Amino acid sequence: MKRLMSGNSAVGEAAVLAGCTAYFGYPITPQNELTEYMAKRIAEVPGAVFIQSESEIAAINMVLGASAAGARAMTSSSGPGISLKQEGVSYLAADELPAVIVNMMRGGPGMGNISPAQSDYLQATRGGGHGDYRTIVLAPASVQEAAELVYVAFDLADAYRNPVVILGDGMLGQMMEPVTFTSAADRPKKKYPKDYVLSGASGRPSRMIRSLLFDTKEEEEHNWKLFRKYQLMERNEVRYETFLLDDADMAVLAYGIAARIAKGAIKRLRQEGLKVGLIRPISLWPFPKKIIQETAKQLSDFFVFEMSTGQMIEDVKLSLEGKGHIHFYGRPGGVIPTPVELSRIIARHFYQSQRGKKQ
Amino acid sequence: MKTVYARPKSMKEAHFHYCPGCGHGVITRLIAEVVDEMELRDKTICVAPAGCGMLLYNYFDFDTIESAHGRGAAVATGIKRVRPENLVFSYQGDGDLAAIGTAEGFHAANRGELISVIFVNNGVYGMTGGQMAPTTMLEQVTTTSPAGRDSLIQGHPVKICEVYATLDGTSYLERVAVNKPAGIIKTKKAIARAFRHQLQKTGFSLVEILSPCPTNWKMSPLDACRWVDDVMTKVFPLGLIKETKKC
Repeated sequence: MKRLMSGNSAVGEAAVLAGCTAYFGYPITPQNELTEYMAKRIAEVPGAVFIQSESEIAAINMVLGASAAGARAMTSSSGPGISLKQEGVSYLAADELPAVIVNMMRGGPGMGNISPAQSDYLQATRGGGHGDYRTIVLAPASVQEAAELVYVAFDLADAYRNPVVILGDGMLGQMMEPVTFTSAADRPKKKYPKDYVLSGASGRPSRMIRSLLFDTKEEEEHNWKLFRKYQLMERNEVRYETFLLDDADMAVLAYGIAARIAKGAIKRLRQEGLKVGLIRPISLWPFPKKIIQETAKQLSDFFVFEMSTGQMIEDVKLSLEGKGHIHFYGRPGGVIPTPVELSRIIARHFYQSQRGKKQ
Repeated sequence: MKTVYARPKSMKEAHFHYCPGCGHGVITRLIAEVVDEMELRDKTICVAPAGCGMLLYNYFDFDTIESAHGRGAAVATGIKRVRPENLVFSYQGDGDLAAIGTAEGFHAANRGELISVIFVNNGVYGMTGGQMAPTTMLEQVTTTSPAGRDSLIQGHPVKICEVYATLDGTSYLERVAVNKPAGIIKTKKAIARAFRHQLQKTGFSLVEILSPCPTNWKMSPLDACRWVDDVMTKVFPLGLIKETKKC
């Protein structure tokens, strides 16, 4: 059955269906509907926990406690609050505890504003907090996809015992779209070992969860162990979508809501006969390098579009390793360009590069 | 033969890292004794802090987790809400609870979280080398108050028990000291009482323990024990601060 829901509410519903029994949040726009949805919805789940915490720092540390106690735990926020949570995310990664963190991005830096933006890409994909670690980052482009990626996020968090970030923005969070939910019974059942969970040392040796390793050799080995886990993620968890790429002369790269806008622009460009396609990274970390490298064999023009001054463009450059020609268009600060605006910009770059090739 | 002294079952075979004359070793052992005597070992979960108590998980032989500096009460909240049947306590120092973790401790207390906090007050940041803490005495010299703590510049010692007593979520608050045998016996009783309050779900419980830190006070262990009585207890009076129901 289809339900008309905001992205924020849909993420909340999907989390509950994914088995989330512990949610901790602190009010911040544009993600308040998610906290409010969980306040109501969690109450319907026996034994489940909802706390409006005193701060984002407290919320992420409650997540850490709940996760250590064996619950599927989640918190959500937006830019400024996500900055505060980074301390806890670093500890979650170091302790190898699963958790899902939702960031409905807004304009920044500082207080910025409450309009949709893609300002936190680098923070999300580079770990975000202190220390040598990574989080899986999933970027939905529709309310339906947001719901589906929440199931994926909880499974990946458990599979790798690592925090997973859902990176949306204020538009995704607040716009309403029809969405269908699959119940737990309709999804493949997965079991994850829970031999780390703190439940009291009854009939088993006592357990400890810690990240403090004074011995430099132990800390080094722990870092390499985490690194090997991140390598596995890079091998197995790359997600992306392509659109009209097969015959394209130019590939647009955009994620999340920016990719929705890009699709609209590309449809207009195709009507005018311009062969433009799209690569939409769904996992921002691990980043879909291979498809970009393969596309570079077919075409040389890559057009990166972000609702920022250019953050993902760094990963595109790293993927291309100096090959190809990279174009960029960015609208930071909470401005949402229309597909018409974007199509005009892409067309200008397209024609300029065609002319360049003829000369 | 009658056993008069043995390692509590809740303790691992490990050497304490605590300095000579430090109160932490006594407190660590007291907790283990209480857990043993109340037969709670298989349901206890301890949240260790950043600070001198951070290696607790090397000593306690029950489930333990480390928290980031100051976040013990939030981590304990997450655990306890998911596992209400367990005994959950956090062990926190004065910098941890009364400075960086003020918000987490205060709000856990105000929500009446069914957790216990063992709050060790030695008036300095011990592990980092004796900097001024929120509980440092006026005129006390530390590495970051070299001229002595001046209330006009550095404010006054924070009285956690008295502040928490104003919160309706708290059910048991007592201040004790481990500087002499009578105080140690009282401390053990207070820890047990805090745990009983938690198990009987009366509300948030906290035991504040005045504890000597000879290393950072730059005193002999004996002088440090005397200083607790002569100076600290004048600012932090010992005794029951609040109990909403006898446990």
